[in-house]
Amino acid sequence: MPKITYVAVDGTERTIDVALGTSVMRGAVFNDIDGIVAQCGGHAQCATCHVYVDETNLDQVEPARPDEDDMLGFTACPRRPNSRLSCQLKVTSDMDGLIVHLPERQY
Amino acid sequence: MTNSTHPASVVVVGSGQGGYQTAASLRENGYRGRVTLISAEDALPYERPPLSKAYLTGRADQAQLWLRPATYYVRQSIDLVGGTVTEIDRAARTVRLADGSSYEYGHLVLATGARPRTLDVPGAGLRGVHTLRTAQDATELRTALATARRAVVVGAGFIGLEFASVARSVAPEPGGSTARGSGRTAVRQAGRSTAREPGHSGCEVTVVEALDRPLARAVSAPTADHFTRLHRAEGTRFLFGQGVAALHGDGRGRVASVELTDGRRLPADLVLVGVGVTPRTELAAAAGLPVRGGITVDSRLLTGDPHISAIGDCAAFPQVRSGNLRRLESVQNAVGHARLVAERITGSTTRAYNELPWFWSDQFSTKLQITGVDDEGHDTEVVLGDENSEAFSVLLFRGADLLAVESVNRPADHLAARQLLARGIKVTPDDAAAPGFTLKGHLTHPAPGRRHHTPGAGRTVIPCRSSNADVTPSPDTSPPSNDPS
Repeated sequence: MPKITYVAVDGTERTIDVALGTSVMRGAVFNDIDGIVAQCGGHAQCATCHVYVDETNLDQVEPARPDEDDMLGFTACPRRPNSRLSCQLKVTSDMDGLIVHLPERQY
Repeated sequence: MTNSTHPASVVVVGSGQGGYQTAASLRENGYRGRVTLISAEDALPYERPPLSKAYLTGRADQAQLWLRPATYYVRQSIDLVGGTVTEIDRAARTVRLADGSSYEYGHLVLATGARPRTLDVPGAGLRGVHTLRTAQDATELRTALATARRAVVVGAGFIGLEFASVARSVAPEPGGSTARGSGRTAVRQAGRSTAREPGHSGCEVTVVEALDRPLARAVSAPTADHFTRLHRAEGTRFLFGQGVAALHGDGRGRVASVELTDGRRLPADLVLVGVGVTPRTELAAAAGLPVRGGITVDSRLLTGDPHISAIGDCAAFPQVRSGNLRRLESVQNAVGHARLVAERITGSTTRAYNELPWFWSDQFSTKLQITGVDDEGHDTEVVLGDENSEAFSVLLFRGADLLAVESVNRPADHLAARQLLARGIKVTPDDAAAPGFTLKGHLTHPAPGRRHHTPGAGRTVIPCRSSNADVTPSPDTSPPSNDPS
């Protein structure tokens, strides 16, 4: 399983083996990583699973589709070029070593 | 953050989306008292929206629906209690459970939800007749769907249509498991042609609806018409203006046909009843709390008792614009209510609930998104895009005011509408009808409609035909729902 590292605002890091086919959001929620809310359950409807993909990993994730791109305009913390909704980041073998940074708040 | 004015304990009755969120938000807000979450279901809190969608098509187990893993509740000191609450003793501030146990509360949150309505006709209790609300319901329905050949859906609401969409997409296998992945794709393609290969099509689906169109209480006519076309193109049969007179069995206790009010009989080996829900208000009523089509609460979501709140599907609360008491059934509503109550309990707010409602439904590859609420009845519809195409939005106005926006495969419109409505940016029917108008554009430049234009030149402006306007808003009608109700 790909290893994904979640970095909290205070710099705390946790690395989790996340199952293929699930999402970066579920990897956090099911491993007791706080800071991802995912109110809508992973449907790109609420922008409460916002993460910043580490600049060194940007080539490991597919670009955002239009609906995610639009929803990123609704994040509680500022949108940056590396902003993503973690529910839309489907876990693939290419994601091994992915680092995502959690924002200060989700709503 | 906690101080001496906070209640020493909070008991939450009901562990759906709202109940879970109340407990979670209390802890997020620094509440350190005891939190007890009482659930009548033998399951960790889970999300309901997938139950009428992806969960029905796959083999996913219920753990994949969980809102949080079991460890979360331990870590957050949230006591999950399985059981049914039978009584609220307001004088003693105690709830009693069926097993004889009781819990004292400083504040009580009723998040009791709703139960599906059933048919009051002969044969309603036959095997093969389903409702859909809980994970258990969905698991049973999924098993039944795997071998079903002819499904009859009673009620063309969100639950019925989402189920119909899944049923048309799933290839039945006599062995009992449902097809996934490539099988689903193949079926979808087959659905667009006239010929279906025997044994490689979705189950036959007939939807019986008492009114003259689907989703009649929830969406405008153009949107309803779109879903009629969509489902028909995928092979679903609609029978509008029809009620169910009786269900008939096969002599062994299993449903075999559905008799309509016009006397016709539809063969069926699976019946899904999706005719709305009834809020669970019995506990509140027995405790002497006001109940009117839901547990009645004020704008701060308090019942008549300052120590008891009610939230989510079961709560009839005053709408921001109209002041009408109304229930809303959606994830957004349950979560919004829960957060407000948690903030109030922890002393960080005394504000009135005023969150903008939003909602979505997936049917086939179409996504419907709605924001706002049309509880007063709209008098004008403006369609952005072509209502006969696969993607358009309908703006619903009352006078000069925008009440709600329905978007079919137009997520950008939906999100812009959420911004406009939440920020109170004025949009008039004239603005929306002006050539070149977009919701997103209006968000950044709020007055494009001031320039001269010929009415109707750019947009379809519909001085309301049959619509929500002719439906008297009743707390018991089924508003948009993100859960299988």
